[in-house]
Amino acid sequence: MKLSVWTYEGPPHVGAIRVATGMKKVHLVLHAPQGDTYADLLFTMIERRNHRPPVTYTTFQARDLGSDTATLFKEACLEAYNRFKPDLLLVGASCTAELIQDDPGGLAEALGLPVPVVALELPSYQRKENFGADETFYQIVRKLAHPVERSTEITCNLIGPTALGFRHRDDIIEITKLLNELGVQVNVCAPMHASPEDIKNLGRAHFNVLMYPETGETACRHMERTLGLPFTKTIPIGVSATNEFVDEVFTLIDRSNSEGAIDSRLPWYSASVDSTYLTGKRVFIFGDGSHVMAAARIAKEEIGFDVVGVGCYNRELARPVRAMAKELGLDALITEDYLEVEATIADLSPELILGTQMERHIGKRLGIPCAVISAPVHVQDFPARYSPQMGAEGANVIFDTWVHPLVMGLEEHLLTMFREDFEFSDNAGPSHHAAHSPNQEIADHTATVSASDEGTNVIWLSEAEKELRKIPFFVRGKARRNTEKYASDRGVAQISIETLYEAKAHYAR
Amino acid sequence: MSNDLSPSACSAAPILKERGQHEVFCGLTSIIWLHRKMQDAFFLVVGSRTCAHLLQSAAGVMIFAEPRFATAILEETDLAGMADAHQELERVVSDLLSRRSDIKRLFLVGSCPSEVIKIDLATMAKKLSEKYHPDVNVVNFSGSGIETTFTQGEDACLEAVIRDLPNDEKTQLAVLGALPDVVQDQMMRLLTAMGVDDVLVLPQQTAGTPAGVGKNTHFICAQPFLGAAYDEMIRRGAHAIHAPFPFGANGTTEWLAAIAKRFGVDQSTFDAVTAGPKARATRAIAKVSETLTGRSIFFFPDSQLEVPLARFLSDECGMTLTEVGSPYIHRALVGEDLKVIEHNAVISEGQDVEKQLDRLAECNPDLTVCGLGLANPLEAQGFSTKWAIELVFSPIHFYEQAADLAGLFARPIVRSDLLKVRSAS
Ligand code: SF4
Ligand code: SF4
Repeated sequence: MKLSVWTYEGPPHVGAIRVATGMKKVHLVLHAPQGDTYADLLFTMIERRNHRPPVTYTTFQARDLGSDTATLFKEACLEAYNRFKPDLLLVGASCTAELIQDDPGGLAEALGLPVPVVALELPSYQRKENFGADETFYQIVRKLAHPVERSTEITCNLIGPTALGFRHRDDIIEITKLLNELGVQVNVCAPMHASPEDIKNLGRAHFNVLMYPETGETACRHMERTLGLPFTKTIPIGVSATNEFVDEVFTLIDRSNSEGAIDSRLPWYSASVDSTYLTGKRVFIFGDGSHVMAAARIAKEEIGFDVVGVGCYNRELARPVRAMAKELGLDALITEDYLEVEATIADLSPELILGTQMERHIGKRLGIPCAVISAPVHVQDFPARYSPQMGAEGANVIFDTWVHPLVMGLEEHLLTMFREDFEFSDNAGPSHHAAHSPNQEIADHTATVSASDEGTNVIWLSEAEKELRKIPFFVRGKARRNTEKYASDRGVAQISIETLYEAKAHYAR
Repeated sequence: MSNDLSPSACSAAPILKERGQHEVFCGLTSIIWLHRKMQDAFFLVVGSRTCAHLLQSAAGVMIFAEPRFATAILEETDLAGMADAHQELERVVSDLLSRRSDIKRLFLVGSCPSEVIKIDLATMAKKLSEKYHPDVNVVNFSGSGIETTFTQGEDACLEAVIRDLPNDEKTQLAVLGALPDVVQDQMMRLLTAMGVDDVLVLPQQTAGTPAGVGKNTHFICAQPFLGAAYDEMIRRGAHAIHAPFPFGANGTTEWLAAIAKRFGVDQSTFDAVTAGPKARATRAIAKVSETLTGRSIFFFPDSQLEVPLARFLSDECGMTLTEVGSPYIHRALVGEDLKVIEHNAVISEGQDVEKQLDRLAECNPDLTVCGLGLANPLEAQGFSTKWAIELVFSPIHFYEQAADLAGLFARPIVRSDLLKVRSAS
């Protein structure tokens, strides 16, 4: 039994719904109680989809348990088939139905429907949403995709995008454009946009582009074995990664790269004068493994941030995330415990968080700016405008979104110069977000006695406290923490102005 | 005092009963408003990752620091042997309580998985209550989707709370149902002004205030979904007061009048207290009603607020009813509202969502009240919709909120009249 306040991933059947909802002419019959229909709102409200997910829930009740939930399932299956006439029927059980063991697969098979049926095994008490999506898509491919004749022109498949994916909608467009520029056409994009007929034609392509390992890797490995389709390993998020992705594609199609580097504004924006204010900003990165690894590289090499912590919630990618963290001289935080992530962030007090919807809330409470880089996300992360993460435009979008929550260079400069001026009240936060000024209660508590990590109390003398308040708010929390640590490390019981500046000099970068 | 114990039994138009796919949340959802209302309570769901995910999805944007609810997620190992699950739960509870000393009431909330594998949460609650006595009272109720629908979670919670209350033979009024603070304060002012002073509101904000119920308790429901709590009050010897629900100027007046009658409040006092706010509410509703009059409305079953709201919208705002669906129809509770509307609407109970969508297309109403899963798909087909869940989160009861309530229904219509932009697809 595990106590959970908020979860990063839903149950595996939600992953199955993400696949079904992304596809066309597919219907999922889920053996589940009525409350599980909440999953529909993830798609219709958060993703703003204008269609109901293609899912029939059997919505059995307690009174059905004694009698015949299996019949209920069969009826629901038959009705769903007759009403929706899908080309492929998926059947599965949610956590509760898993316990009553009705065998949806066998029951559906027995109906003898004129379309293929894929029975999903979704172990609700062991696995989670990403597994559910990955497994569902793999089973569909295994059932329908068999070797077919290759296309004469060079084509590839885009593998991994699903409904409710973070920017999947726009990544598909961006990567398709990029591939077209390289002379490669897209054969099938799946699961998103694909029909069962398209799945049968996956083998026409010359290779696969694995866009999201979380939801497409098992299928890619299967197609490598059975259809002879190699797949790309680089996730094209960030300028360097996109360039490497292009190289990888050229290797796969056996051509040399005559294209040069991709055309993104990120390199110049990072190099421009204003961005010296970004240099060395301490960032904490958390999300799904793939996005975290991509983000860490961009943060370090393409913007010049100081990565002070990384981690992911999906254990499936724990190993590569750990390896990457090690290269950064860090220990990766692999956890799905929201409270643990929050504690780590509070402890590190970074200047920027790159995270998920959860970290956005952590940041809001701690007064630390946050940009979202990974699922789980909220309605505002499905913007109306085109905002991919991948490719050249993705790099532009990333630069903008990560820098947006920060006080910009010129502004930071002015604040430093005029911070005593009442019109520059630094509690106002970045001038471009009037409504979301960070919460100062935590970052700027006024108590003069602070308990340091060692449990000893450090006292702030009042002039030191006053001096601390003159420091701009966005570095004040860190200054306080550093000074207290500096003091307690040296057994200094009282913090004077002297101590404050000693500490500042000590931690100068 | 007069005891009109039974609602008018003559109202019995046929109800369309449906059994098919439901598109409604389970009772766990109630925790989202209950935990805000009961400030020293913690709700521990014993369930699966699905339950945890439902709670956070239904809570939507409202992520609090560390909310006063959480899920003890069952894992493979818990399913293996029962003894383990009970021990595990004890460990989780002890961890939780040692971290949160502010908790005085702990609700162990059953879910579908905990019920299917028969974890005996009632016995657990008793055991834990003894263990943590007197600091923490542990109570069990079910919010499972196989037993409860959406607002029935509050009903089950309240039923458990009432069962736990000591006997108290004093004459008092009990009002059942969680209301937003601002609304509850308005209600208390009205009752006090009428001279009804001894009022117990359930659920209580904190466990600190002593409360009991007994055979001199007269009770009225402020929410229509409290069937089980109602029955429990009757079992405790309390006497029900029946009235339409306090929505709109008329609903509120009749609701208060029923209490006034039971407590012998004289007419002049009653009029003095209600005339002002009633007139104000009527004026305010009239303004909003300009948008609503003559428009038709269709209710999907969701919160059980459907029947009283349909009464308000047709009776006080001039709307035309088409179908009024509700997960359950308790005549004892909604009888007074039902008799006003049942002859000019199709009343349906339960759900078969696909068939109901077909009926919706036939009716083609001006406004559709439905759950979050259906709203955008229907908007995309050109139906104006109102999300039902907002109705349980928003202050909508009594005089001062009457126009706001009408406004919730008017806004989607106003919007569709306003928008002149067309979609390409
Ligand atoms: S319907 Fe049952 S399993 Fe699903 S969320 Fe509700 S209690 Fe949990
Ligand atoms: S408005 Fe602020 S708090 Fe609410 S969801 Fe958006 S970011 Fe989070």
